Amino acid sequence: MAQEQKQPRKSDEAEETTEAVAETDVAERKEALDDDVDAILDEIDDVLETNAEDFVKSFIQKGGE
Amino acid sequence: MSVRRVMGTEVEYGISVQGQPTANPMVASSQVVNAYATATVRARRARWDFEEESPLRDARGFDMSRQIADPSQLTDEDLGLANVILTNGARLYVDHAHPEYSTPEVVTPLDIVRWDKAGEQVMLDAARRAQQLPGNPAIVLYKNNTDNKGASYGAHENYLMRRSTPFADIVRHLTPFFVSRQVFCGAGRVGKGQDGRDHGYQISQRADFFEVEVGLETTLKRPIINTRDEPHADPEKYRRLHVIIGDANLAEIATYLKVGTTSLVLAMIEDRFIGRDLAVDTPVAALRAVSHDPTLRQSVTMADGRKLTGIQLQLEYLDLAKKYVEDRYGADADAQTVDVLARWEDVLARLESDPMSLADQLDWVAKLKLIEQYRSRDGLAWDDAKLQLIDYQYSDIRPEKGLYHRLVGAGRIQRLLTDEEVDRAMTNPPEETRAYFRGRCLEKYAPDIAAASWDSVIFDLPGRESLQRVPTIDPLRGSRAHVGELIDRCGTAVELVRALSR
Repeated sequence: MAQEQKQPRKSDEAEETTEAVAETDVAERKEALDDDVDAILDEIDDVLETNAEDFVKSFIQKGGE
Repeated sequence: MSVRRVMGTEVEYGISVQGQPTANPMVASSQVVNAYATATVRARRARWDFEEESPLRDARGFDMSRQIADPSQLTDEDLGLANVILTNGARLYVDHAHPEYSTPEVVTPLDIVRWDKAGEQVMLDAARRAQQLPGNPAIVLYKNNTDNKGASYGAHENYLMRRSTPFADIVRHLTPFFVSRQVFCGAGRVGKGQDGRDHGYQISQRADFFEVEVGLETTLKRPIINTRDEPHADPEKYRRLHVIIGDANLAEIATYLKVGTTSLVLAMIEDRFIGRDLAVDTPVAALRAVSHDPTLRQSVTMADGRKLTGIQLQLEYLDLAKKYVEDRYGADADAQTVDVLARWEDVLARLESDPMSLADQLDWVAKLKLIEQYRSRDGLAWDDAKLQLIDYQYSDIRPEKGLYHRLVGAGRIQRLLTDEEVDRAMTNPPEETRAYFRGRCLEKYAPDIAAASWDSVIFDLPGRESLQRVPTIDPLRGSRAHVGELIDRCGTAVELVRALSR
């Protein structure tokens, strides 16, 4: 997935192998994956609390344990 | 031993009252626990029996004076806060300013998952019932460990161990494991530093709150290895290792691996199987360094001078564990031990090659993937409140609002159990430990039970002057095999106690 490629890989070697294997079908899969990402973000958008800033500010807990 | 041992978890839930940011969390927590107790605990409500609790007993062999103990360490005095035992053998109560659920004692990692997830459902049910109270408080619970403003609350694990194992061996061999196991059981966190002063993502909710290597405290100067020593079992034979370093996981596979691998490592320590020295220099700093690098490249320096990443350190333990299981059991290893080893190996391999491929198995990866998708689509910087919100809301236990639950609903996170299996565990006890006796008694004889705890059930029988205390000091007795038929046969508590005292 597009956003996954931003993740630095463990090693250059591993990256090359993964990329080489993946390259052939990446193009065909990319469109489907983009739709897939959009679908889940749309769903999450619908349930996310609306005012992020207020919500974050008011999320205050006491220590426990 | 294998992955099998007597164990349990305790989770403190984050709590907030919608529209009332200044609501008293102790009051709200009590409302949650009491609402559940009132609705589900029939007749007389059994009290928690504090007789065997000794939170200031130290595994190193001395007692901390009550005078020098911080008041927050005193948990054994009945403060009048809500505290009930459920028919599944679990304890539901208020600890400090959080509602807390302790699973009943179980003997397999999958049963930890089962009764830990049942705890989430108990909490969900409890919060919904509390909403019916006067004032209709809209209480929301979060299965996470920090508010990113300096406060942390725990998700503890407990493992019964042989008393004969030197505590120094536990410290030596478990510390490097705890520094590194977060690579698969971290729950992920937006923010760095106890109060989140630095922006960015880290693997663990809890790493920044650990300040010392070994100690008794749980609320301040938190130690990687906690020395609290209340075995709730015969202290000559057993210790209970109280593990405070874990994150509260929602992903079932993360919980399963966290407990399964830890139990295996403890077995190797008990059997003195770990010959190599995996000691890490400055473990507290190493713990944070590993957590602060979600690219997993960060290495830690070993006492022997080698530099290993968190994954490589885990691979050392995996290698030992495979040899240990092969050596002790060969082809006779039980199915869950074999499964834990296979999953552990697969997860570490994926973390090496393509961590994002674990977004359907591990909390920290699932959360990071979601956050990266938002960053990519909306161009959000790391200090954007929306990313912090996603972190909190991932752990909202309501199926309609919690992002973990939305991902599960969309088929994006794998599960090990069905909803039905988890629901059954809300009311039914595990069958292989004394939790079976406790749970069945609560289910069948509630009006005649005055109190109960991990190691006793106390009956108040009609016509008897004194209370009848039935000790359950051995965690493996009181199982279905031991008492199932007896409880089935005894229609009343009087009959049961008479049969037990014969």
